Amino acid sequence: MSTEPHYTLYHPRWYRRRVSVWWWLQNRSYTAFVLRELTSVFVAFFAVVYLWQLRALAQGPEAYAQFLARLKTPRLLALDTVAFLFVLFHAITWFNLTPKAMVVRLRGKRVPDWAIVGLNYAAWFVLSWVVAFILLRGG
Amino acid sequence: MPSTVALAVTRYRPEEESEPTFQTYEVPFRKDWVILDALNHVKDNLDGSLSFRWSCRMGVCGSCGMKVNGTPKLTCATFLSDYLPGPIRVEPLDHFPVVRDLVVDLTDFMRKLKQVKPWIIRNEEKPLSEGEYLQTPDQVDTYKQFSMCINCMLCYSACPIYGLEPSFIGPAAIALAQRYNMDSRDQGAAERLKILSEHDGIWQCTFVGECTKVCPKHVDPAGAIQQYKLTAATHWVKALLLPGGTR
Repeated sequence: MSTEPHYTLYHPRWYRRRVSVWWWLQNRSYTAFVLRELTSVFVAFFAVVYLWQLRALAQGPEAYAQFLARLKTPRLLALDTVAFLFVLFHAITWFNLTPKAMVVRLRGKRVPDWAIVGLNYAAWFVLSWVVAFILLRGG
Repeated sequence: MPSTVALAVTRYRPEEESEPTFQTYEVPFRKDWVILDALNHVKDNLDGSLSFRWSCRMGVCGSCGMKVNGTPKLTCATFLSDYLPGPIRVEPLDHFPVVRDLVVDLTDFMRKLKQVKPWIIRNEEKPLSEGEYLQTPDQVDTYKQFSMCINCMLCYSACPIYGLEPSFIGPAAIALAQRYNMDSRDQGAAERLKILSEHDGIWQCTFVGECTKVCPKHVDPAGAIQQYKLTAATHWVKALLLPGGTR
């Protein structure tokens, strides 16, 4: 085979570029996107810990005390902190993206993005306060 | 202010080379010049063999999309002065096969655009004697943003998903489908749903959001896709729960 490119007038020889393995380092929003995708593992971890907690709770006070003791080990504490930060990162980035997916129209006019984001944050805070109130009152 | 600025332009001459290379041209710097003016200066005065597409010079035709310093841009709306001191890198759009120099082949998009049926579909056309289909300004407002698309392909170039999964229908085609779905005169949403809710439709999108950032007409394709995901998901739930489906 010759190395010369075969080119004829009516059959252009397109050049097709491959996407580099490092495409996600090309700009900041690509990197942020990949970070969000990868860190969803921590969100899953958070959910698993929660299920584990529910199971311990169902098994009785002894199992629950054991669960709490396990959580207090430095390794799990560190992992939990990291997971919490990433869950927070996910919550904030997704709240900020909600107006993209939700277009609310009131009397024919589109509700501004900041109002939708604001309502989401407001609902988050109210719910968190309610949960905190119930938990702290009980304790 | 410098008197000249260097343009590093991708050259690909398939009859001569098997891979693109860069060629640098020194062009006069003028405050009111855009990249396209500089390319036309090269074409007219320095090297007539340089190939690129352009037409209207005013951000309407969507022909002159290229990558400027790595970011997809309309070269007719991108000023040299924003890239000083240079050199300014001008490359063909990503994810499309390069035909020559800065010219890419858009056949794939044209095929996909046709697939999503970007025209008004009526179950039954009313007779001419009944007059035109009327719309209120608010009804126009619901889709106007998506109708601003000029098919410049900057969003496809910016979309890493399209690069990795070339079967993805892509941002502009979905935004244009949404433009007709939202149109009060249109009745073809169900037909389009079949195409858009398939694997290569909206669900390929992982919401990188870069398509919206590079769009020169503020169409917000990422928004269109996320809104359509909500519509498709609601449709699916309804079909599952309601005995008669969504009819």
